[in-house]
Amino acid sequence: MKPAKFDYVRAESIDQIVDALDKGDGEAIVLAGGQTLMPMLAMRLARPATVIDINNVTDLSGIGIVGDELVIMACTRQAEALASPLVREHAPLLAEAIALVGHQQTRNRGTVGGSLSHADPASEIPLAALALDASVSLRSVAGTRRVQLADYFLGPMMTARADNEVLVSVHFPIMSGGAGSAFHEVSERRGDFAVVAAAAIIEVDGAGICTAAALAIGGADATPRRIAALEDKLQGAKLDGALIRSVLPEIALAVAPGDDQHAGAAYRLRVATNLAERALLEAFDGARA
Amino acid sequence: MTSDPGRNLHYVAKKRRVREDKRFVTGNGKYVQDIVLPDTRHAAVLPSPYPRARILSIDTAAAEALDGVHMVLTGAQLAADCNPIRLGLKLPGIKWYPLAVDMTRYAGEWVAIVVADDAYIAEDALDLIEVDYEPLDAVVDPEVAFAETERFVHPDHGSNVLYHGNFVWGGVDEDFAAADERLDLRVRWGRSATVPIETFGVLAQWNEGTEILDIWASIQMPNFVELMASTLGYPLNSIRLHQDVDVGGSYGVKRGIKQSVLAAYLSRKLRRPVRLIEDRLWNMAGGDAHGPDRIFDTQVAFNKDGVIRSLKIRALDDAGAYPGRAPFQLAKPISALVGPYRINSVQYEAISVATNKTGQVPVRGFGQAPTNYMIEMVVDAVARHLGLDRLEIRRRNLIEAHEFPYKIPPGSEYDSGDYQTVLQKCLDLARYKDLLQRRDRARAEGRLAGIGIVTNLEPGGGNNIFEYLMDPTAEITTFMEGCEVRVDSQGNITGIMGTTTSGQGHETMFATILGEELEFDPDDIRIVHGDSLSSLPTRSPIASRMAIMLGSAAAGAAGRIKDRAMAIAAFNLDLPVAQLEYSAGTVSDRNDPSRKLTWAEICFIAYRAYHKLPEGMEPGFQAQFVFQVPGGGKLPDENNRVGIYPCFSFQAHIPYVEIDPGTGRVTVVDYAIAHDCGTVINPDIVRGMVIGGLAHGIGAALYEKFAYDDEGQFLSATFADYLMPSVHEIPDVKDVEHCTPSPLTSHGQKGSGEGGYLGAPAAIASAVNDALSPLGVTVHELPMRMHKLEALINEANTK
Amino acid sequence: MSKPEINLTINGHERSAAVEPRVSLLDFLREDMALSGTHTGCEHGVCGACSILLDGVPIRACLMLAVQADGCHVTTVEGLCNDDGGPGVLQDAFVEAHGMQCGYCTPGMLISAQALLAENDDPTLEQIKDAIGGNLCRCTGYVQIIESIQLAAARLREARS
Repeated sequence: MKPAKFDYVRAESIDQIVDALDKGDGEAIVLAGGQTLMPMLAMRLARPATVIDINNVTDLSGIGIVGDELVIMACTRQAEALASPLVREHAPLLAEAIALVGHQQTRNRGTVGGSLSHADPASEIPLAALALDASVSLRSVAGTRRVQLADYFLGPMMTARADNEVLVSVHFPIMSGGAGSAFHEVSERRGDFAVVAAAAIIEVDGAGICTAAALAIGGADATPRRIAALEDKLQGAKLDGALIRSVLPEIALAVAPGDDQHAGAAYRLRVATNLAERALLEAFDGARA
Repeated sequence: MTSDPGRNLHYVAKKRRVREDKRFVTGNGKYVQDIVLPDTRHAAVLPSPYPRARILSIDTAAAEALDGVHMVLTGAQLAADCNPIRLGLKLPGIKWYPLAVDMTRYAGEWVAIVVADDAYIAEDALDLIEVDYEPLDAVVDPEVAFAETERFVHPDHGSNVLYHGNFVWGGVDEDFAAADERLDLRVRWGRSATVPIETFGVLAQWNEGTEILDIWASIQMPNFVELMASTLGYPLNSIRLHQDVDVGGSYGVKRGIKQSVLAAYLSRKLRRPVRLIEDRLWNMAGGDAHGPDRIFDTQVAFNKDGVIRSLKIRALDDAGAYPGRAPFQLAKPISALVGPYRINSVQYEAISVATNKTGQVPVRGFGQAPTNYMIEMVVDAVARHLGLDRLEIRRRNLIEAHEFPYKIPPGSEYDSGDYQTVLQKCLDLARYKDLLQRRDRARAEGRLAGIGIVTNLEPGGGNNIFEYLMDPTAEITTFMEGCEVRVDSQGNITGIMGTTTSGQGHETMFATILGEELEFDPDDIRIVHGDSLSSLPTRSPIASRMAIMLGSAAAGAAGRIKDRAMAIAAFNLDLPVAQLEYSAGTVSDRNDPSRKLTWAEICFIAYRAYHKLPEGMEPGFQAQFVFQVPGGGKLPDENNRVGIYPCFSFQAHIPYVEIDPGTGRVTVVDYAIAHDCGTVINPDIVRGMVIGGLAHGIGAALYEKFAYDDEGQFLSATFADYLMPSVHEIPDVKDVEHCTPSPLTSHGQKGSGEGGYLGAPAAIASAVNDALSPLGVTVHELPMRMHKLEALINEANTK
Repeated sequence: MSKPEINLTINGHERSAAVEPRVSLLDFLREDMALSGTHTGCEHGVCGACSILLDGVPIRACLMLAVQADGCHVTTVEGLCNDDGGPGVLQDAFVEAHGMQCGYCTPGMLISAQALLAENDDPTLEQIKDAIGGNLCRCTGYVQIIESIQLAAARLREARS
């Protein structure tokens, strides 16, 4: 398990990254935290001509509030995001999700943007970000564009990011203070990739009427999926446990799980529903007017 | 709890530091990867992508042309120069070479090897090798393999059956006829292994001047040097295995014979040291380190009161492509085939089949863990059938303390034990009554909660006669272990052992026993590992045997040192030996302690004063001792009855689990284990072995599986797919010891390296089945992965 | 293939070397720096045997290129020893409580525990488990490792008070 040869570019600025990507002509790859790319290089599943190391680009690291958004720069370490009071306050669902990502050693290197770029259909950060209506900022020599995550995930490890683009930042609409959220997953062992996961956000008004709802399911389709039909049924409804349970069959209509050695499609579907129920009930429980 | 073997011990059974640990915590361990020789070349292997394929051609030209590459070797070239690796059974139609010849027989089998300046370049060269394969349909399912009449893993063998034997011990038919009831049960043990964190590695250096092949390897294997010699066609005394290499975990699997043959062959060809360190992918698929993969169909005959009378066992084992010693993993469990229970007769049909999967090697317990799992599931099934408590049925069937030594139908004699007391200790430790209430409260709250109860044996110190049961031409009746003790002219003591060590603390054990016997502080005693040319016979640390065998050899050698000291003193003090007393090296007159010879004086005489040595005594101060397996040395009788293992340790396991019905995920919440391995030599070592084995068993029960798809593709090549328990999956284990000394060993010690693993899978299965019992379903297949449990739970709930 | 020159501090010593970009930090430490205490287990970031401290935080050395460590401070298990090469407090606690068997995962365990105890010398059981949750051990079942860390923590607290 030794990588094939590559040229190494240590970028010091975002401009250098996009220049190198442009020159790379599809054969260059961005190295952020390396927690996924390094094994792929070692197994020679990835054989880029050029590796562009973005870890020294200080502009790509940091967490802040810009307008009504929480912005996490792409190369921010997962550990930093997990410890961030801003994340905990404005996107607690994300903090809850990151706590389930890997282990301290991998969170100390792994980045928020790297996880979104890798786009594993069962991984935690993409799922939470999707539930949070996040968007990503992608930059190339041609400029910057903003893509909603709903349009960003195209398939397993496939995204709308072009070969010549680098993911610069992730933008999370600030969660309403009264919203409840919850993240539930099942993995064989703690710290493993989830087999199935559910992320939920619920807001209610003083009368207990749902004013906003989000449910995202991971590990049950080629990408993380929002369950829009379920969300529609919750919005405007007076919520209670029975009502939440009554909308769960929408999940089965919205996702198309696959089989692998760790779980079959039937398992993924049933467990997605079970975890969604738990996440929605907990989010509802945490929601206050 | 400390052991009390009934004698006043100074060092044995006392809390003492483990001497090996200091080098490990400071980064001073010497593993094979840490050994650097000048000009070493690095090897990389090319695995087959197909489980079964004809190799039409291999083009190595481009790889050989790469700068920094020294050699590319294929199976055809190698086979012309070496013999096939000797198999355990004599199977002339099966030829096992380190690289595939003409045909690949499992996904991941090594097809070619590259030697280059460094490991990176070696892998670059792998990319340049072009192999033309003709893929064939693979033999994947062991039951299909057994019945197969045309598609053979080894066409020249003419069958996929490697072994098929049938044994009957005692009046099975009579016992079945006389029993009130009978039950059938199928249980399945999944393919897993020990998967040490260190892969296998080897460094070989042929020296044309000395004509000696030096091998440093992460090895744990009794026949390693013999197999190397027979495969390479070398005389045995031209191979020097360096046994002072630290081995990063093994538990049976570090056999690396094909790897070492390759490194040795290439080293001689290239006149350079060659190192082959498996990477994780090569190791998981092609390292030949998978364990038993077994289907049991068992019939049990029993009475209404729960007394079990007889068993008819059929075991079908999937040995993978190259059997090695795998079939013998069906034979070793004969030594404890009825478990700790008083079962009157037993029938055993054992079948080993070849499939297009990675070859099987010995794994911790050598087949005993699957067998114990089967026995315990059968006992639980009888209890369930009769509506008897699982504890009660065990109490009714356990062999009683007064019955030892107890001979079981296949001929092994259990040396000693007090099973009821150990079980009671486990119940007390688990606070069993409280635990029942806790389980019932959890159930009342709608959770799936269960308690496991398992009692199991750990045979230790085996004599290998099981091989004869399968192959009557293999008249092997010893499995000895030797050591040497030297006292230098300053009076310092050095113990020389053979074999490598892979975490068992042999050096500590050896020094403790020498210190105990010679009455010196063990910390002042040096222990070294001789190489295979300089050390006495050893059969390596398999079979929970080192405390039994090396420990007893150490005591024997120490006794000879003492005898020599006494003889020198008797001669110089002009007293009969019977009137002398040995105390911490000083020998004195019992009647007048002022008349004495000190240790320094004795050592001086031994090394310098020949005129003061008794007539006929050689100068110097050393002793050797080679210990024969107690009770071994006999061939089976005409009914195939034979004692295979001398010492039988015992454990009782009581885990508590909860299952999330929405996901099927099992949490092992608590675990109590009581164990009796006779006299404990070092309590920390034994406790670590017990708990570590138990954790390994939790892995086998819930997570670990070398998975193949229906076409024979291997699915578990990484640690993201082969799931070993992390600290989060292991509960807070409570443990308690009991000591029933063995009458057969120097200090009453028995084996302890396997027992936790030999009971934990059954115990977790027992707990899971208890948790599922309100749903009326059971699971009899390991590993019990969460998706399988969830499906069972869902099906029961939707009925 | 060009070999960039890197400068880094390893266990308090400044080191320079030219290294091929594709070489992992793990291989660099073991093969080029002759620091064999850091172990190779899986090379894909799961087992934790190669854990080191990078600028004080634990990471997996197999998941980093050596060239990326340019300018960094690296601590390996050898760096946890006292000046005389003997075991430090944490290492000695592992010996006292026999928190290992074969020793192969031990350097990684020590690194993870060191990072924990540097921040918190009174960790809860759950915090200890989280700290070593990414380090696989096949020998011990973890119980004596946890006990070793608890013993080290107690000794550190004692030394502090």
